[in-house]
Amino acid sequence: MADETTATSAPGGHSSGGERPSGGDRPDRGERRPPRPGGPGGPGGREGGRKYFRRKKVCKFCVEKIEAINYKDVRLLAQFVAESGKIVPRRLTGVCTPHQRRLSCAIKQARNIALLPFAGRAS
Amino acid sequence: MARTYETNRVYELMFIVRPDMVEEEQDKLISTLESAVSSSGGKVKSMERMGKRRLAYTVRRFHDGIYILLTVEGGGALIHELERRLRVTEPVIKFLTVRIDEEQKRLDKLKKIREARRKPAPTPAPAETGGETAAVTA
Repeated sequence: MADETTATSAPGGHSSGGERPSGGDRPDRGERRPPRPGGPGGPGGREGGRKYFRRKKVCKFCVEKIEAINYKDVRLLAQFVAESGKIVPRRLTGVCTPHQRRLSCAIKQARNIALLPFAGRAS
Repeated sequence: MARTYETNRVYELMFIVRPDMVEEEQDKLISTLESAVSSSGGKVKSMERMGKRRLAYTVRRFHDGIYILLTVEGGGALIHELERRLRVTEPVIKFLTVRIDEEQKRLDKLKKIREARRKPAPTPAPAETGGETAAVTA
């Protein structure tokens, strides 16, 4: 079943999945709405439910084996900060809990030393 | 509770100086900090100028700043002193101290585990392939 879902979601899912960590929260947000409570547990799944399939999100840090989440690495952190300067929630980026915790710490440190904005695109 | 001061901690001191500060003055500031470190029994592990960068938000009406990173080994008292100095030094517009030794320890441990896991795998593999190729050639 897993194969089937990935195959069907390939056309739409791939493009949105590819640019998922880049923090663009507006354009594709509607498509990637998190599951409602009581909604389908797995990806898509039920008949009569929503038609599209969600691609299984994976934690970037687990997949690429990035262990050091450092506040100096602005390039990396910026992928998980929305345009508005907010930290993108786990449910949108797919980052696992332990990594999200470190990530948010690093982002907050980076904000403190003016590497990342607190709010807005300041410049 | 008897408190003994740990002196083997490693900290990263990142600070931003105003963009119009000339290099010699930066050197002077850094050397005074370094002398403060050595006089309280710590040691400077590395110093890095990260150059001029655009700030993400305005700090004291500055849009740019020169970032300097200092890695220091020492105790809490030393850090307290360094932070006090940075606070009273006028051209320093922002600073951040982060303790890095524990994180480093965690990373080293993870690396060791990963290497240990990787090592046993390749050792049987060449033997196997060697056997196979030998069988093929034979």
